[in-house]
Amino acid sequence: MKLIKFLALGIVFGIVMAKSEALSWYRIQEMFRFQSFHMYGIIGTAVVLGVLGIALIKKFNVRDNEGNPIVFYPKAKSVARYLMGGAIFGLGWALSGACPGPMVVNIGYGYLTMAIVFLFATIGTFIYGLVKDKLPH
Amino acid sequence: MIEFLIQPWSWWFSGIVIVSIMFFLLYFGKSFGFSANLRTICAVGGAGKKVKFFDFNWRAQIWNLVFLAGAIIGGFVANQFMSNGEPVQLAEATIADLNALGFSNPTSIQPEELFSWEAVFTLKGFLILALGGLLVGFGARYAGGCTSGHAISGLADLQLPSLIAVIGFFIGGLIMTFGIFPLIF
Repeated sequence: MKLIKFLALGIVFGIVMAKSEALSWYRIQEMFRFQSFHMYGIIGTAVVLGVLGIALIKKFNVRDNEGNPIVFYPKAKSVARYLMGGAIFGLGWALSGACPGPMVVNIGYGYLTMAIVFLFATIGTFIYGLVKDKLPH
Repeated sequence: MIEFLIQPWSWWFSGIVIVSIMFFLLYFGKSFGFSANLRTICAVGGAGKKVKFFDFNWRAQIWNLVFLAGAIIGGFVANQFMSNGEPVQLAEATIADLNALGFSNPTSIQPEELFSWEAVFTLKGFLILALGGLLVGFGARYAGGCTSGHAISGLADLQLPSLIAVIGFFIGGLIMTFGIFPLIF
């Protein structure tokens, strides 16, 4: 039953993706064409409040619900993997109009064809696992 | 209150809800990163027997799969009980640009030209969705995260790698939008 809270958070996530219209291919096009503030406003609000909140968590050594310190692991330093991986992700994000979260929200919303996108995203991750050691990181 | 929830949510309210989800996950000892589920699904499917990258204790990631299940339910709930059925209120300039590419005006939240079954049963339509998914899944893992992991969690923690990844997202997105769309649509 410990998992129920993650189900609840997932439901809220699905609802906010839908009600903010972040799950819409149109909105992603609008973003990449810099023709609306909408998506930037969503992500920007989350990031600004996130920066403040995480700074406070670090300053006051806030603990999680089980009493363990909340720790943040710095990501490995590199440019190649983030820039190239990011660019490949961006190509797919603009084409399908969905990143992984909104893909499954779309399925629940009734756009069942998005299951094809999600299936191939899983295959894409599998291919990455296969060729990982041959790629610059 | 009901009216407020049924209409499309403003960017600031949506941003607050999203960052709240991130903070709740931190409080529960987890981190916000949706695309990790794709790796977990490969591992659950047995990919760890053949490929080392998928040989990890995926049971520790079950919470995130539960979150994914919730996201599907959330999408259903939003459509069934919280929707006014109106199309996306897209910027005029975007509508004009998409018209020029052959897309009709929005009648819902997704273009029929891409996501209807009729579109998917054409070779081109299928390839667009399949290739889009492949690129997202491959790129997310190569970059070590997606929009939730890098653009929200990573930037909020002022991580330089996440900024580089987000710049990458836009390089790819702009190449697709301005370089490749005119060729394929």
